[in-house]
Amino acid sequence: MDRNPGTSRRNLLRACFAAALPAPAAVPPKSRVVISRDPSLHPPGPRSPDSARLLTVLDRAIQSLYDADSPIAAWKRIARPTEVVGLKVNCLSGRGNSTNTVLVEAVCERLQQAGIPRANIVVWDRLNSDLEAAGFPVSSRQDRIRYIGNDAAGYETDLAIYGSVGSLLSTTLTRTCDAVVNLPVLKDHGIVGVTMALKNLFGAINNPNKYHTNAGDPYVADVNMLPPIRQKVRLTICDAIAPQYEGGPSYMPQWSWPFNGILTSRDPVALDYIGWRIIEQKRAEKGIEPLRNLKREPAYIATAADPQHRLGTNDPNLIEKVEI
Amino acid sequence: MDRRAFLKTATLPCLAACAAERALAMPAANDAQFTIEARFYEKLPYKKIKCKLCPRECVIDDHERGYCGVRENRGGTYYSLVYSRVCAAHVDPIEKKPLFHFAPGTMAFSIATAGCNVNCKMCQNWEISQSRPEQVENTYLPPKNVAALAQQYHCYSIAYTYSEPVVFSEYVMDTAEAGRSSGVKSVVISGGYIQEEPLKQLCRRVDAIKVDLKAFSDKFYKEVVNGELKPILDTLVSIRKLGTWNEIVYLVIPTLNDSDQEFKSLARWVKTELGPDVPLHFSQFHPEYLLKNLPLTPVPTLERAKAICDAEGLHYVYIGNIPGNPAENTYCPKCRRVLVERVGFEVRAIHLNRGKCQYCQQVIPGVWDGLLHL
Repeated sequence: MDRNPGTSRRNLLRACFAAALPAPAAVPPKSRVVISRDPSLHPPGPRSPDSARLLTVLDRAIQSLYDADSPIAAWKRIARPTEVVGLKVNCLSGRGNSTNTVLVEAVCERLQQAGIPRANIVVWDRLNSDLEAAGFPVSSRQDRIRYIGNDAAGYETDLAIYGSVGSLLSTTLTRTCDAVVNLPVLKDHGIVGVTMALKNLFGAINNPNKYHTNAGDPYVADVNMLPPIRQKVRLTICDAIAPQYEGGPSYMPQWSWPFNGILTSRDPVALDYIGWRIIEQKRAEKGIEPLRNLKREPAYIATAADPQHRLGTNDPNLIEKVEI
Repeated sequence: MDRRAFLKTATLPCLAACAAERALAMPAANDAQFTIEARFYEKLPYKKIKCKLCPRECVIDDHERGYCGVRENRGGTYYSLVYSRVCAAHVDPIEKKPLFHFAPGTMAFSIATAGCNVNCKMCQNWEISQSRPEQVENTYLPPKNVAALAQQYHCYSIAYTYSEPVVFSEYVMDTAEAGRSSGVKSVVISGGYIQEEPLKQLCRRVDAIKVDLKAFSDKFYKEVVNGELKPILDTLVSIRKLGTWNEIVYLVIPTLNDSDQEFKSLARWVKTELGPDVPLHFSQFHPEYLLKNLPLTPVPTLERAKAICDAEGLHYVYIGNIPGNPAENTYCPKCRRVLVERVGFEVRAIHLNRGKCQYCQQVIPGVWDGLLHL
């Protein structure tokens, strides 16, 4: 027969002490950044990356990032079928080092397999002409995947303000999309140091030219604090198939190299921190000065992590880097 | 003032503005017509360029634009995207600019393109100044057409205003030349953030420049304007040396640039470097754009600023944006009589005779040959 222990003196004291002692400090969850690569992803020369291999690279990254049973299960956690998903690409540099169309096709394929109708997928950037130059078929037809620039979609007329920034936001972001997957490119930037997840959202505002001074600090962080950006961006998939370690953001083939991979994270600050280290490492290998010496260290990454912004972490101890 | 004169001053601006807007209601041309190679830049390796128009000296990659948002590097050649690309056009009294010693009572055919090379948190025209040209509605208006419209609407001058004319300087220069050929003068309303060479070229072509001196501290320029003070002061000195008529406006913003010490330092600098005859206008701030948290400038603050500058020996200190304030009038520095009586943008009486006080014959500096005789 089971004995009811009741409340003995010893148990009472134990319970009281346990309540009085401070609980062990909660270990903050780490931000996971998954780097998925395939050395055969991109054949040398101007050819496109192998679409089947890229799909595999993407699947491994997303499945690992979400600890999911399958890639599709992971994508189902990113957006619901009723939501409109925006894919914010980076097309400033033409076909050379804009977000690769093959990567975007892979993301669109997996989103549809996860139940998102193609009519609910919108690929967007600043200008229709930039999208076209990067190889995307500009189209605003409602029954298929849309590809549209902010110049065609328009901007809000009321200012969005945070900190040092006052801008008009793209209506594609504010009105069309419920969720955003950010698809930047890993590259050097001649003014703000590096451009990846955080900087790519300059493509959501009407006046990015105003916010490059002081190496983009604190402007890049402040833009990412604007509520529609902060609330809607759910995932970053950074195109690192052929990143560029110098001479960016324009395409300079002499300074790009075959990294053959992608970086993914739900924490844009952690992703930018890891990407920045990759760029610096490559610069060191090539005997090029670190960005700090050139007065374009991307201090905005630390600002994005500070107590005023809390957009993510740049503390390497709080970043779980997974390489697959 | 008789009835005819009153009607002339009261209705001309409205009628002309309406007519000008009708005249401008023509379809915009294609982008190529707005694009010309920029005149002030330097080519750098790897198709980069360095802009030499303003002190910012943006280094710009291929396919990128400068801070102003209206100049673009295309394959290593730098282009202005706002040549003849007018986003605002009105017929305004010259007093609205304000230019008080430049043909008072006359009208200015006033135009702007998108873009600006600073980002003032108090900007009243941020919808155009902080936008790129493709983000606003534009009309194709080449220089000769501007000059013709100015004549058509009986404007004494063309004013380049509302946004920042420095960023559309090629268009300003060509339009000013077209205007001069037609007997129409040109005035520039600017923040003065410009390099010396383009400024020299501008001064050769225009008849007056009003500079918005935003404050007299570099801290303010860095924090509120995203610019620097010294290049603006250099511009003012250069304009003086080049002999182009110049007036200064200082927008007084509560708590940010309204200390006695700042007014005193400003007055002493103006008197020493530019002389006591440069008109200085203290304007009332209205909460706008990114400075909506501050109140209107109290009138006593503006009067304090004027009193300090008067005491330092400046001859023509005005108060602006306060219709009916006696400091809107021009007074003779010698006999203290009213020479130009103003209420708001309206000129009610002028007591000048060929640039001299009609009472004591004191020479009053300015451009008076086109003034409206009431």
